[in-house]
Amino acid sequence: MSLLGKLSWDAIPLDQPIVMGVSSVMVLVIAFILGWITLKGHWPYLWREWLTSVDHKRIGVMYVILALIMLLRGFADALMMRAQQAVAAGDAQGYLPPEHFDQVFSAHGTIMIFFVAMPFVIGLMNFVVPLQLGIRDMAFPTLNSIGLGLTASGILLTNISLVVGEFAKTGWVAYPPLSELQFSPGVGVDYYLWALQISGVGTLMTGVNFVTTILKTRAHGMSYMRMPVFCWTALASNLLIVAAFPVLTATFGMLLLDRYLDFHFFTIDGQGNAMMYVNLFWVWGHPEVYILILPAFGVFSEVVSTFSGKALFGYRSMVAATLAICVLSFIVWLHHFFTMGASANVNGFFGVMTMIIAVPTGVKVFNWLFTMYGGRIRFSEPILWSLGFMVTFVIGGMTGVLMAVPPADFQLHNSLFLVAHFHNVIIGGVLFGMMAGYKYWFPKAFGFKLDERWGVASFWCWLIGFYLAFMPLYALGLMGMTRRMQHYDVVSWQPWLVAAAAGAVVILAGIVCQIIQLVVSIRGRETLRVTADPWNGRTLEWATASPPPAWNFATLPVVTDIDAFWQQKKGAHIEHAQTAQSSGYEPIEMPKNSAIGLVIAFFAVVVGFAMIWHIWWMAALGALGIFLATLAFAFREKEEIEVSVEAIARFEEMQHAGVAA
Amino acid sequence: MTITVAHDGHVQDHTAATATGVSPVSKRIVVTYGFWIFLLSDIVMFSALFAAYATLSRATAGGPSGAQLFDQVGVAIETACLLASSFTCGLMSLAIDSRRFGATYLYALLTFALGGAFLALELREFAHMIAIGAAPQRSAFLSAFFALVGCHGLHVAVGLIWLLVMMVQVKIRRFSAAVERRLLCFALFWHALDIVWVWLFTVVYLIGANQ
Repeated sequence: MSLLGKLSWDAIPLDQPIVMGVSSVMVLVIAFILGWITLKGHWPYLWREWLTSVDHKRIGVMYVILALIMLLRGFADALMMRAQQAVAAGDAQGYLPPEHFDQVFSAHGTIMIFFVAMPFVIGLMNFVVPLQLGIRDMAFPTLNSIGLGLTASGILLTNISLVVGEFAKTGWVAYPPLSELQFSPGVGVDYYLWALQISGVGTLMTGVNFVTTILKTRAHGMSYMRMPVFCWTALASNLLIVAAFPVLTATFGMLLLDRYLDFHFFTIDGQGNAMMYVNLFWVWGHPEVYILILPAFGVFSEVVSTFSGKALFGYRSMVAATLAICVLSFIVWLHHFFTMGASANVNGFFGVMTMIIAVPTGVKVFNWLFTMYGGRIRFSEPILWSLGFMVTFVIGGMTGVLMAVPPADFQLHNSLFLVAHFHNVIIGGVLFGMMAGYKYWFPKAFGFKLDERWGVASFWCWLIGFYLAFMPLYALGLMGMTRRMQHYDVVSWQPWLVAAAAGAVVILAGIVCQIIQLVVSIRGRETLRVTADPWNGRTLEWATASPPPAWNFATLPVVTDIDAFWQQKKGAHIEHAQTAQSSGYEPIEMPKNSAIGLVIAFFAVVVGFAMIWHIWWMAALGALGIFLATLAFAFREKEEIEVSVEAIARFEEMQHAGVAA
Repeated sequence: MTITVAHDGHVQDHTAATATGVSPVSKRIVVTYGFWIFLLSDIVMFSALFAAYATLSRATAGGPSGAQLFDQVGVAIETACLLASSFTCGLMSLAIDSRRFGATYLYALLTFALGGAFLALELREFAHMIAIGAAPQRSAFLSAFFALVGCHGLHVAVGLIWLLVMMVQVKIRRFSAAVERRLLCFALFWHALDIVWVWLFTVVYLIGANQ
């Protein structure tokens, strides 16, 4: 056994020009950014204000930045696949060899679900939920920072796999027996498993944190039925995280035991049961779908109500629908594999449950429509994404209900029809929702709006690009094309795949528009400056400055109704009058910065990397590092710092001066 | 817990609302509540392992079955140790409440010793099984058995280390608010492990004795 386990120079794929090209660009970009930060002397600022920050707003922003960066990576994978399938018809083999193509689609799925959608959703919730609840921070601010750190660790490991070794070739679900050692002897599946185990622990921490925050630390007077809908959906989503992610941890734990210690959970020999993995995976996997979509529903509810200038139609039914989905999402998992061969009764039950779960979703759509009905809609960018969502998501939902019929599913299983369906709901639902939220709350986070014109352009590119890229896949699925094909013999499929590739290029234009939008807006931020309430909002996050101070609210708000800020604005600015006098302030205890999140994240990468390459001593050192860091944290002297009355008064005065000017 | 119930006609409850700048619920309640949520998630993880065990309990691949392997007497002693340690842990909580240092250390020591004995007996059982060829690599049933019981054992081991650290903290920090909260969480953790063990004892050892 060598000192470095399985690791050697062979791990770096020097013979693959595409991989080496991409990785060297990636390494160069990182080196350039690090060099620039060092040259400009930004490290102390970054360390103090961001890396060691336990402020929920900063952590939220960092989550979203991670998600946006990984969106570029995941989208690059998508472009490669669309390009390959556009050319690899008949005798042509395309430019991606099968082993590489397999890694690309596995990495694409894994990254888009775990490292784009999840951090995006968690980032928005982090930023918004405490503000909407009218409180100063999460219940466990340091735990929040550790959760971010572990998510970043998972992301880093996934990206390291590009340069050192390989990624899984098993698809993003890593079904055994293919993912067992016998058929996947390389380190690809190990990268997948350790990256997701580590980030999964972080997600669980986040879930525990949000559930506690929402259930235990709301503002005075904010009873459950006065909570903003986004907080309700965040609560449902995090309850699902708490109930579902441990199953994923256990399942991956079993697969790791199979691969590392020759256990027989899912192997062919030793009477293992591979279908058990599939069941357990989707016991997590289906709730995961709703973990992602529910907060998006929350964003649409906020956006539609704000930009229609009306209270949300059917608030109570919205809450009921959210919780109904939360519960039902646990009894539909089997529809992911009707072809397993369960009895007709079992398939029938899960088929019917799947159709039933569409009902509360339909309730929501009607609520949004009725909210807009009779309202004065301002067609700003966030509501464009919401409208695009409503049309697109209904189509995706209907194809989903279609596949809930087991006999139909037997035909459509693993076809491109399925691929089109879940992209239809994830892009049209989750991604559009996150984009709407990003544009909606950006002014709150940074104090200036995003440029409207580039934003609208990006929306139309995304919408048109989406339809162009995925409607052909429905047709191809009905023609019998299965998913994950590196090459196909049926030449008549090719025009459809070329159209799909063209759609991907239109989406690329949308992404480019968004990057330009960000650059243009940052450059022109002085003209785009906003006050606390740029959209005429209804909930408490708009009651404080943009960007909000570290303590969120100088005096904690008192809530008397739903749409608390709207009620305040209708009333005689009671809160405002009160805060104008500095004598009304009291010193605020805020959680102290901590490097623990960063330190644990570092050691988690060490442990993950060492386990992937069987470098046992290094794994032990990393684990010891995590233990010692936790111990040191447990013995630290001070947990909080006090913000003085003067500092609060000074900030408030500057705010009012700014408004007057 | 001060959730204000929505009143008719938007009459508001101002009694608790003279904002003092702190969250309306004490940190002790928030922390233990959060820890409860974590424990629930931990129990969900165990339930996945239980499900795997139930699925694979007859998948012996021609190897030994539970009825042939399980030593009821040994497991009964193990169980007694763990349940007794939960009792002494409860006594420790009472000692902490009344701020008695000596009693706290004594009951912590007893809890540690009983937990350690449980772990030692479990490891002895594992070692014996491996020695007679009933290792986790033998069959899917044994894989599931070792993973489920071992995961519980791992939790107990973590609990023992946690208890040690807490005793050092009591020595240095006395019963500071933070130390007290952590001890409260430890007690919750330790009792939750008991609950899991009761299930484990029933599903694995009692039902398994007849398989």
